[in-house]
Amino acid sequence: MSVFSVLAAGGETVAEHSSSAPWILAHAWVLPALMVAAFVATLFFGKRMKFLGAEFGIVSSVATMVLAIGGVIQWVRLAPGTHGEEGAKAEALRAVGAGLRSFAAHFAGEEPIKLRDPIERSVSWFRNGSVDVGLGIHVDGFTVAMLFTVAFISLCVHVFSIEYLRGDKRFTHYFASLNLFSGAMLWMVQTSTTLGLLFGWELMGLCSFLLIGHWWEDKTNSDAALKAFFTTRTGDIGLLVGIVILFFAAGNTFDMAAINEKALHGGINHATLVVAAVALFFGVMGKSAQFPLHTWLPDAMAGPTPASSLIHAATMVVAGVYLFARLYGVFWQGFSITSGGMNFGSWIGAITIVSAAGLAFVQTDIKKVLAYSTVSQLGYMILGLSVGAWVGAIFHLVTHAFFKALLFQASGSVAHSGSHHSFEMERMGGLRKYMPITYRTFFVGYLALAGIPIFSGFWSKDEILNAADKNGFTLALIAGSLGAFMTGCYMTRVMAKTFWGENRLHLFHDDHDAHGAHAAADDHGAAAHDTHAHDAHGHDAHGAAVAHDAHGDAHDAHDGPHESPALITGPLVALAVMATFVGFANWPFKDFLFLKRFWFEKNIANITFEETIAAAGKVHPFNWGVAIPSIILAVGGIAVGYWYNVVKQGDLGLVRRGGVFGLGHKVLKNKYYLDALWTDLIIGSIKGPIAKMAYWINQNVIDAVINTAGRSAAATGRGVYRYIDQGLVDGIVNGAGISASTGGGVLRKLQNGKVQAYAATFLAATGLIAFGLVLFL
Amino acid sequence: MLDFLNGWGLTLIIFLPALTALVVMVTPNKDEENVKIVGLIGAVATLVVSIVTISYFNFDRAGQAQFVVNRSWIDTINSNYHVSLNGLGLPMLVLSNVVIVLCIVYSWNHWPEPHNPKAVLALMLILETGMNGVFVAQDLILFFVFFELTLLPMYFLIGVWGGPNRQYASIKFFLYTMFGSAFMLLGFLALYFKAGRTFDIDQLIANVQTAGISSGTQSLIFGGIFLGFAVKVPMFPFHTWLPDAHTEAPTVGSVILAAVLLKLGTFGFIKIAIPILPDAAKDWAPFIGVLAAIGIIYGALGCLAQTDMKRLIAFSSVAHMGYVMLGISTLTSYGMNAALFGMVAHGLITGMLFFVAGSVKERFHTLEIARLGGLLETMPKLGWVFGFASMASLGLPGLAGFWGEFPSILSAYNPAEGLNVALFRGLMVVAAVGTVFAAGYLLWLYQRTAFGTQKEEWNGHHFHDVMPSEWIAWAPFLAGIVVFGVWPRLMYSVTDPAVQVITKVFGG
Repeated sequence: MSVFSVLAAGGETVAEHSSSAPWILAHAWVLPALMVAAFVATLFFGKRMKFLGAEFGIVSSVATMVLAIGGVIQWVRLAPGTHGEEGAKAEALRAVGAGLRSFAAHFAGEEPIKLRDPIERSVSWFRNGSVDVGLGIHVDGFTVAMLFTVAFISLCVHVFSIEYLRGDKRFTHYFASLNLFSGAMLWMVQTSTTLGLLFGWELMGLCSFLLIGHWWEDKTNSDAALKAFFTTRTGDIGLLVGIVILFFAAGNTFDMAAINEKALHGGINHATLVVAAVALFFGVMGKSAQFPLHTWLPDAMAGPTPASSLIHAATMVVAGVYLFARLYGVFWQGFSITSGGMNFGSWIGAITIVSAAGLAFVQTDIKKVLAYSTVSQLGYMILGLSVGAWVGAIFHLVTHAFFKALLFQASGSVAHSGSHHSFEMERMGGLRKYMPITYRTFFVGYLALAGIPIFSGFWSKDEILNAADKNGFTLALIAGSLGAFMTGCYMTRVMAKTFWGENRLHLFHDDHDAHGAHAAADDHGAAAHDTHAHDAHGHDAHGAAVAHDAHGDAHDAHDGPHESPALITGPLVALAVMATFVGFANWPFKDFLFLKRFWFEKNIANITFEETIAAAGKVHPFNWGVAIPSIILAVGGIAVGYWYNVVKQGDLGLVRRGGVFGLGHKVLKNKYYLDALWTDLIIGSIKGPIAKMAYWINQNVIDAVINTAGRSAAATGRGVYRYIDQGLVDGIVNGAGISASTGGGVLRKLQNGKVQAYAATFLAATGLIAFGLVLFL
Repeated sequence: MLDFLNGWGLTLIIFLPALTALVVMVTPNKDEENVKIVGLIGAVATLVVSIVTISYFNFDRAGQAQFVVNRSWIDTINSNYHVSLNGLGLPMLVLSNVVIVLCIVYSWNHWPEPHNPKAVLALMLILETGMNGVFVAQDLILFFVFFELTLLPMYFLIGVWGGPNRQYASIKFFLYTMFGSAFMLLGFLALYFKAGRTFDIDQLIANVQTAGISSGTQSLIFGGIFLGFAVKVPMFPFHTWLPDAHTEAPTVGSVILAAVLLKLGTFGFIKIAIPILPDAAKDWAPFIGVLAAIGIIYGALGCLAQTDMKRLIAFSSVAHMGYVMLGISTLTSYGMNAALFGMVAHGLITGMLFFVAGSVKERFHTLEIARLGGLLETMPKLGWVFGFASMASLGLPGLAGFWGEFPSILSAYNPAEGLNVALFRGLMVVAAVGTVFAAGYLLWLYQRTAFGTQKEEWNGHHFHDVMPSEWIAWAPFLAGIVVFGVWPRLMYSVTDPAVQVITKVFGG
């Protein structure tokens, strides 16, 4: 082996595979590679391009979208293999081609579902002794569903951003980050190893950091970026530990399929699985913003809205959910999900659903309402996985991605064209009349989120609640149902404040003129932020104001709300269509026209699903007994919300009167005091007193020892010189009558040198110690 | 060619820089350009020789010594001129040669004050001889000579071209390291007398196993060697010379110190202390591991308390070398590979950070964090380079730093047989917590210096963004950080075979 073979992309393909695997599925890595290529191109050549680098991202995301659709088609048409026996070992099943398996316990009387084997490809990444760590992909239905979702929303966001960030001073950098993010996410959902997953996971964290802090001139924005990075990194302590534990427990491998298999077949002892599951779950909590680590997500709204839509609503924040679902074997065992008692995951999920929904009620910023709603919905996904609704949770992940991306982008459209770049709902109202497309699409998102039948959110949420009920998680069912009620209620509040009633923008007109004048007067644009109030302007205000000042086309109609241009409404319509219809993908009734029963479930089901939920007989049919109450609760929430916000104009005086309501309002306004705990108490004390104390010890204890040693050595040297050398030796010499006046002078100079004094003493001391050691030895 | 390299390759790599230093010194000072060109040619020639040599390196046998030269040197003490190269020394040797070339390039148009390129060049080249020698020496006396040879040039670099407090810092650096080396020398002498009157590393490895030295004595010898290397690394609590030396040193001094000199200590552990005294290493491992873990958190806390950018980066070295030492202390192949990777990664990344700090200092004449701000606005390119290096430093996957950090954490979960598993798992958690601290001090530094807007006191000043000589000097660092981060195989395929040889006695 020469140096060249070391440099060469080395290693033989590790996993065996059938040569006939469909091209896109076998080359799924091309999708992230395209986006990363766009990132590199945008970074290095973007500023020289006509569209400042946006073209790279658009071309790549269109290509990615096409490939993702092709991937879905290829996966659906992929024939289950003819070899491989029912009940065959997982090992054999994973090896070559496709195996034929059926769901063990369910769909009695129906044609058994045939599992298709994942398509795996891997090259050697590095080798440590006999352990070869591969860099590989593992493509199955779950992956394909994720690829499609991510590619679709990424494309929408790319298109939307062209208009939304037009003229922004860091337009090119924005697109570069967006591209890198998409690449990282597309990679994360297909990598076969925990280590590969960590790569995607952390790179997404980096992009999230860059995009939240996009307008970093403003300290609030960079604070939010840092907070997001630190909080997710704190969770990542658990992720790192979990990955390490599983690496050794599964026999020196990062391969997730192998880990699941070992976990499910007794290859790893239960205690280890409990620790690993809990450790990993901390990573999940950080990334997927579960209580109490959710506090970074609302702050992350400081970033540009399309980025929030992609990263902090639809995709990155579900990375934790993805990890949970992907390593389901570990959690299934570690959390003892099959036992039906509330576990760590279902507790956290339940608390998150309700606590975040509560916070959504007191926000005045539309993006923050949506952010807390995202936290709450992520709670449903975590809850779903923790109660055995594997398919339901993934399905909710997908439907939520579409309708929440829609809601965020629609709110961006409102800020862009309806409220002078503000997200404060006080400045909105009555936009129904001015922004018909935005209103209608937002309305679709609203119904989907509230869980109204036909719309996508209903189907997926119902599956989760159904599983919670059937599998014996009563508390989870209660929390989920309560959440459904609250969701309907706070979303109706948003509708009332934003789109219904009368427009209130003119009430703030003076302020806006001042802002405009200020921004226009300032060449630097971005520096315009220090002087005016943030709270009033919301987050995108500055960047966007700068943007429009810079390119000057501005909004001719700066004086009144109007509909956004097609580059913005186009993606909204596309997302609204998905938010409406994607729920039918898992149609729970008999085949009807083009609707196939459990089409989604049949296509994403994998070996882990079969060996956990299906094997335990926990796949449940649609149940009106759960669906009807949840519909009633959602409608009830909407009704209450309508009554309070529209009929009563949002004021019953309860809060003002204090008491329980006043106290509750105060606690919610202060976000349960969690920011005070994390930011002020814990981080504040580490950064401040603890670090200062450590450094004080460093300077005054540890270093003092060294300095004292040095000084005493020097003092000893001087003493030796004065008393022994000059007094004794020199005295004797003088007594002998030999004068050494010239030479002595030179010598004295030398001896006064600090280094010599140190060195001499030092050597003497060393000699003594050496002597001692030799004796001792 | 191979024959020539077998005989002379390593010797050339070691002594070419020293020879160049001589030529530089006799080149007339009249034409400064000539002096610089001579120095650069010497450094580049050394780099070329090392690259050519490495192209003949047999990577399949990276665990074994290659290009061996073994000539008698000081017969009375049976010390030989014995040099060779294997997978342990190779990456460090390349790093050392690359760093010197790039430091010369970086200095090309801005030499530290007082202006004296001739002296700085000569010292850097002598330093290179010392460093290269350490990475290939197979004889303890030879090793010691090279090890000490690095001390003097750095002492002068800091003491003459340093900051206001340079005298204190340089003397502290010199004496502290000397203090450690004295004990190390004692350890070497004890080995000589106890294990067959030889200084040859290979022979000592074999002899110690059969010489029947009591385990107490072995432990004591290891202690002496430990002290020498621990000061150099530096490990907590022997680290206090480092922030002072870094803060005062001129930019290239800091870069060389961080990129290569600190690694002499960790390299010594892997190359000498552990293979020769494996049993004692086992006794000492928990102690080293604990100090390493303390260093990770303690170094981070030290960073958080700093108000000076360069001093902060210096403290971060304490934390990063903590990961390296934690990996070493596990006595596993995972840990040692992580350590070797971490050494190169830290060299590239922290070297880069010191370059950035140097360039900031050159433009603002201060590194006080409170006075900086808005670097991204005033000098976007410098700001991005700084951000990139910071991300690498905090261990972002995809960049080199990750491969020094994560495998080290990994290795602590399963230390070598016989070590206290519970203790090391505790250390693993501490190290994992350290990753958050690293993000903390680096991103807060970045927020305060690069985000935001320029402080008012600089209004009206114009600052040059990254200049060509800086780009040339930095590009290899930046590229290396990405390449090693994406493709760890490049390092592993070189280090792993050599590491396996060392860890075999520990059962893996």
